[in-house]
This record gives sequence, structure tokens and C-alpha cells, in this order.
Amino acid sequence: MNDHATEQSLSERIRAGDKAACAECIEIHSPAIYRLALRMLGNQAEAEDVTQETFLNAFKSIDTFEWRAGLQTWLHRIAYNNVLMRLRKPRRETVSVQVLTENEGLIETPRQLFDWCCLPEAEYATTEARAELARALNDLPEKLRAVFVLRDLEEHSTEETATILAISTEAVKTRLHRARLALRERLADYYAERINRREETK
Amino acid sequence: MEQHDCRHLLGDLSEYLDGDASAAVCAEIERHLADCAKCRVVVDTLRKTVLLYHDQPKPELDENARARLYRALDLQNFFAPKSQ
Repeated sequence: MNDHATEQSLSERIRAGDKAACAECIEIHSPAIYRLALRMLGNQAEAEDVTQETFLNAFKSIDTFEWRAGLQTWLHRIAYNNVLMRLRKPRRETVSVQVLTENEGLIETPRQLFDWCCLPEAEYATTEARAELARALNDLPEKLRAVFVLRDLEEHSTEETATILAISTEAVKTRLHRARLALRERLADYYAERINRREETK
Repeated sequence: MEQHDCRHLLGDLSEYLDGDASAAVCAEIERHLADCAKCRVVVDTLRKTVLLYHDQPKPELDENARARLYRALDLQNFFAPKSQ
């Protein structure tokens, strides 16, 4: 995407107060920042607010920008911290704020063994099926959701994800696997129920 | 089918699907999958789960939200609407 030299010169121009550089930075990075916020918060207005806050914070503290991580990763870290502040506020109902209380490394044994991997394509494309995907993601505990969003939806590397979330690469791997297994379980329940329902009405 | 093997291999399945597992682990998993229908279902549906999410349309900031973002950062002079 952006090579290092371009990013470096962009961050230097922002540091020098160049407004065109700030606009350029927003143009390049705001879509991904918004998606991260939206998928973590499940609410468009709040995701918009987080996107604004992220760039405000970033431009204000550009002097503390550490080159090592890269501009994109640094922006994601700021965004994620803003997301966390909102998730920790009381009285949230739209998404799960469940923290991981059990053993971090515990991998649950799959329960639902209905084989739904190879249904007709149309089965996966219904509005209902898409809504179920979104619901299942929203219901994941926030720590698993964050890793799944960054790794599987935004395609960040394990290392980038670890830097953004300030956790170890091992924790990223374990949480990604747990997130995928939990989503698989949810979707397996959904498709098993759906196919059953259809059989009954035949 | 050995319950013990299912449990033992479960933790490596994501790395296996991502092509990040070592050759030895891949071989072990494939050997097990050849005999274990349950684990085949888990692997196939786990792969499908990742694919379905991967193929979801990406949400975007709409034009009004983009304009608000530029305004909030005092950059409205740099706002260029996207032609659809």
C-alpha cells in the first residue's frame, strides 16, 4: 500500500503543520479506522465520533509518533484506545463488553457438528444469514472481536495486530483461533436450525 | 477415531488453515482428518466461517460523514466529494 518513504514524509509534513498532509492522511487512513470503530462499537454515529477523535488525537500528538510501528499501525492504536474508552462506559447494550474471565488459552471443544460448509451459495447470501454473521460478531467478547476484526476482516499481520492491541503475538494467535471457533459454533447452530426448520415445513 | 487426537490437534487448526503450521503438524492433522469425520466437519466449517466474513461487503463512511470528519478537523477546504 504505502511505502515507508511516503509515510515518513507524510508524518513529517503533518508535524510541520501542513494541512494538505493532514487531509491526505485522512483520505488514506479514515476508511479503515472507521471500519475498525464500527465493527467494535456496532454503531455508526459512535464510529464516526471515534474516527474524528482518532485524527484529532493523532495530529495533536504527532510528535510522539514512533516510526518503528508505521503510521497506519499507530493510528489504529489510537483508534482502538478510543474504542476501549467507549466500550468501558456503562450502559452499553448494542455490543458485548464481556471480558475474558476464563483461562486465556482455553480452547473450547467444538459442540455443533452439523456440516454446513457446502450448502447452495444462495443459503449464505440471504439477508437473514448476513444479519446473523453481524450478530455473531457483535456477540463475541471484545478481546476476541478485536483480534478477529484486525486479522481476518482487515487482514493485518499477527505482529501489527499485537502492536495495535498491545498484546503478545501468542495472545493474538490464541484469540484469533478462539474467535473463529466461537463464530463457527454460532453459524453452525444457525444453519442447523435453519435447515431443520425447512425440513419441518416440507 | 481417537478423542485424544481431536483435542490435541484442535489448537493448531487455525494455523493449519492459514498455511502457517509446520510441515510436521500439517502431516499430523491430515493423517487425523483422513480417519475422523467429525474433525473434517470442524475444519471445513471453520474454513467456511473465515471465508464468509472475508467476503462480507466493507462498510464505508458516507459522503455526509466524510464531510463532517473534514469539518471537525478544520479541513473543510480540502474536502473533495467522491464521485460515485
